[in-house]
Amino acid sequence: MTLLITVIAAVITTAVWYKEKDRDYKLDFLSLMLWGASIMWFVDAIFEFAELKAEYFNQAPMDMLNDAFLGMAVLALALVIWVVNLLITDPQGRLKKKLSK
Amino acid sequence: MACFLVSVAEAAVVKVMESSQLKKEVKLAESNELSEAVTSDVKIPLSRKLKWLSNLLLGGSVLLLFEHIWHGEIVPWFPFLTAMNDPADMAEMFKEMATVGVSMAVLVTIVWFAMCRVADKIVSGDSNEAKDL
Repeated sequence: MTLLITVIAAVITTAVWYKEKDRDYKLDFLSLMLWGASIMWFVDAIFEFAELKAEYFNQAPMDMLNDAFLGMAVLALALVIWVVNLLITDPQGRLKKKLSK
Repeated sequence: MACFLVSVAEAAVVKVMESSQLKKEVKLAESNELSEAVTSDVKIPLSRKLKWLSNLLLGGSVLLLFEHIWHGEIVPWFPFLTAMNDPADMAEMFKEMATVGVSMAVLVTIVWFAMCRVADKIVSGDSNEAKDL
């Protein structure tokens, strides 16, 4: 579930980055972060699948719920890191303008 | 257990390479400013590509670090990794780093390499089209 949630978030972020005209929201940073985590969890899933075989797909509902909760928490952390990075780097100087008003 | 540490180590090396490459590129741009504008093709600088790799590795590692904290494998006190308290767990941790951790770092690098090749093709395709016009 964590892998699925991260991959879906990475795809959505990449699509929004592709559509964005001015490229001033630093979505490339967010999508690279999510893709990096997705690749790493994918490798983890392969090793787990090699160990558990078909049992890998028969997880207990509580484990799946815990995994989904973890996935959402990971996504929240990624968004927090992205927004902090956006505010610190302030690519278009918008924060500076707002604060100096 | 601590598989993401391999990616963190690679990211540190990449970050150092990125900053030294950036310095080189700035120097080169300053010395060749005029001639480059006339002769060179449009290319993605290596420092930018290395930044993509460091973002992939560091971003992924930070999120995996959070997952390890979630599962209680990392604690805020020494020795930080719970597996370090037991020799049997330690051996398992090193084994995991050598297998899962190295595979993660290798796959991220392969994906980055493919990404760079595709990006170079797209950019060089664009510049060739511009030349034809």
